[in-house]
Amino acid sequence: MTGVLEKMTLLTGGDGGLDDHLARHGRLPALDGDQIVGLARDASLTGRGGAGFPMWRKLGAVAAAGTPATVIANGAEGEPASGKDRLLLTRRPHLVLDGLHLVALATGARAAHLYAPAALLPRLREALSARRAAGLDKLPVTLTAAPGAFVSGEESAVASAVAGRGAVPTDKRIRVVATGTLVQNVETLAHLALIARYGPGWFLSAGTFLATVSGAVVRPSVVEARYGVPLGDLIAASGGATERLQAVLVGGYHGGWVPADPALPVSPEALARYGASPGAGVVVALPARACGLAESAKIAEYLAGQVAGQCGPCVNGLPRMAGTLADLAAGRPRPGLAGEAARLAALVTGRGACRHPDGTARLVLSAMRAFEADVAAHLNGRCLATGGRL
Amino acid sequence: MTDALWYFARGSGVVALVLLTIVVALGIGARSGRPAFDLPRFAVSLLHRNAALLAVVFLAGHVVSLLFDPYASLRLFDLVVPFAGSYRPLWEGLGTLGFDLLIAIVVTSLLRNRLGARTWRAVHWLAYLCWPVALLHGLGTGTDRGAWWLWTISLTCAAAAVAAVGWRVSPAFARFPARAERRVAPRLLEEVSR
Amino acid sequence: MTRLHIDWTACDGRGLCTELLEEVLVEDDWGFPVARDGQAEPVVPPPLEDAARRAVDRCPMLALKLVRR
Repeated sequence: MTGVLEKMTLLTGGDGGLDDHLARHGRLPALDGDQIVGLARDASLTGRGGAGFPMWRKLGAVAAAGTPATVIANGAEGEPASGKDRLLLTRRPHLVLDGLHLVALATGARAAHLYAPAALLPRLREALSARRAAGLDKLPVTLTAAPGAFVSGEESAVASAVAGRGAVPTDKRIRVVATGTLVQNVETLAHLALIARYGPGWFLSAGTFLATVSGAVVRPSVVEARYGVPLGDLIAASGGATERLQAVLVGGYHGGWVPADPALPVSPEALARYGASPGAGVVVALPARACGLAESAKIAEYLAGQVAGQCGPCVNGLPRMAGTLADLAAGRPRPGLAGEAARLAALVTGRGACRHPDGTARLVLSAMRAFEADVAAHLNGRCLATGGRL
Repeated sequence: MTDALWYFARGSGVVALVLLTIVVALGIGARSGRPAFDLPRFAVSLLHRNAALLAVVFLAGHVVSLLFDPYASLRLFDLVVPFAGSYRPLWEGLGTLGFDLLIAIVVTSLLRNRLGARTWRAVHWLAYLCWPVALLHGLGTGTDRGAWWLWTISLTCAAAAVAAVGWRVSPAFARFPARAERRVAPRLLEEVSR
Repeated sequence: MTRLHIDWTACDGRGLCTELLEEVLVEDDWGFPVARDGQAEPVVPPPLEDAARRAVDRCPMLALKLVRR
């Protein structure tokens, strides 16, 4: 790693205060809206909130909405297994706020918001005062506290919360961007702030993503790497596995289980083969002696409890689906149990205002596929992973 | 002529009350999501709507004949402002109130696609006020006050409405009793202290 | 193509649409409408457009809308 690269990555040292930020990166160059969209396009910058949507397309859609734009930096991080957004907002708030300023310019926005957990807001308020004193931002940034809930980071819930209506997902007949609202994950904005200084070419060759590694690792941590990084490298960067691994959950609680293959590249293309994607960069390592079905059942139960509560198929279907997986995990078999879980997964998918039922169904189906051998064993009263009777 | 107006006003008033009782029962039936009397759910819903429109027709007849009846001394003003009449103002005023409520309910229902579900539903709940008001108006005002046949019809309507409401609040009402309640999770609405 | 959009934040599974548009919708375990074609916004072919409009009009929760996508 050369000195130049050290300077230009997200998570290098420093206190993250404004002076440190300006000393490290300097002020943003003067750019107009078209240039900013061009930068995002040429760098192929994709969203880091989970969906991986190309940022320049979103900027274009918001501009095309024809209404005064609102830009929102989404730092809610409702995903329990993710810690990168909190880390960025604590250690690199000015990169995030630079990025917010850039998208505000790019969309001609009239309002800018930062949405983050309440605990982080006091320090963010200080960061905003420092920026105001230095005359850095075109628009004042309004802070809104994100409730500690799984769906609080969902795009329409973010827009709703910032508008004072609570973090409640809304119907998608009209897409959020079509209302002139741009919601971007804080990490995506931080990358844009670096691209504006160092160029799209630099990002294409040296741009990174943040992974939160947890589970059976020595030092659960946030690791900065390039897409395509082998899974083993991420685990090694977290101190290595504490014991032999069985599988790894990638993408978060709405993600999928992949084999614990150290050579497996963490990239959209390589993970697609397993029906998974990097998502918001979550990596959870499952030890060999833990039951994958039991862990998945716990996650499904958590997700069922985190429904927003508005949509019939989700409110009714998720607890039933989680219960079916729990019965399977606990060895309470009945005829057609596995088929029932799959049927419920198909029944809830696409039938809600947001993608919470879809993501939960995806996790359940992924678990049934990844731990297929244990599904059969459990139906016969045994667990392969724990090696015992149920 | 005034006799004809007098008979028509009384008759149409009673028919309107009976129809409104049927409307309330059908409204509750429609809410149950169950088919009724071999009619599918959407037909119950349409019957509820059509009975309400028919009730409005008879109510209009009732009001118009009273406006033209010299003995009733009803003015246009009394159609809008209750309790300001000269003849049994309290009971006539209830009629005004019921009339105004029904117009509000029917107009908002006809325009509900434009007004949105929340506004429409809020006004529609006034039906539970409108019907008893209409019943009391019928019992207290007019030249038939105290007549045995009017009491019989009124009590029958009351029994039907009470039975329908009783069914509405009973646990047997829900077609899917195991359904989870749809309610926005309070944690999403919390005002998190800064 | 004309499609039926269901606003799930409004739908209360009252079941009128599954009667009026039975070729397109069927009830799930809890009375909520499921598209027979398995799509989130089921296609409404031209012969069923009148029935679909009636379903949109009769829905007590105003949860249905026809969209062109």
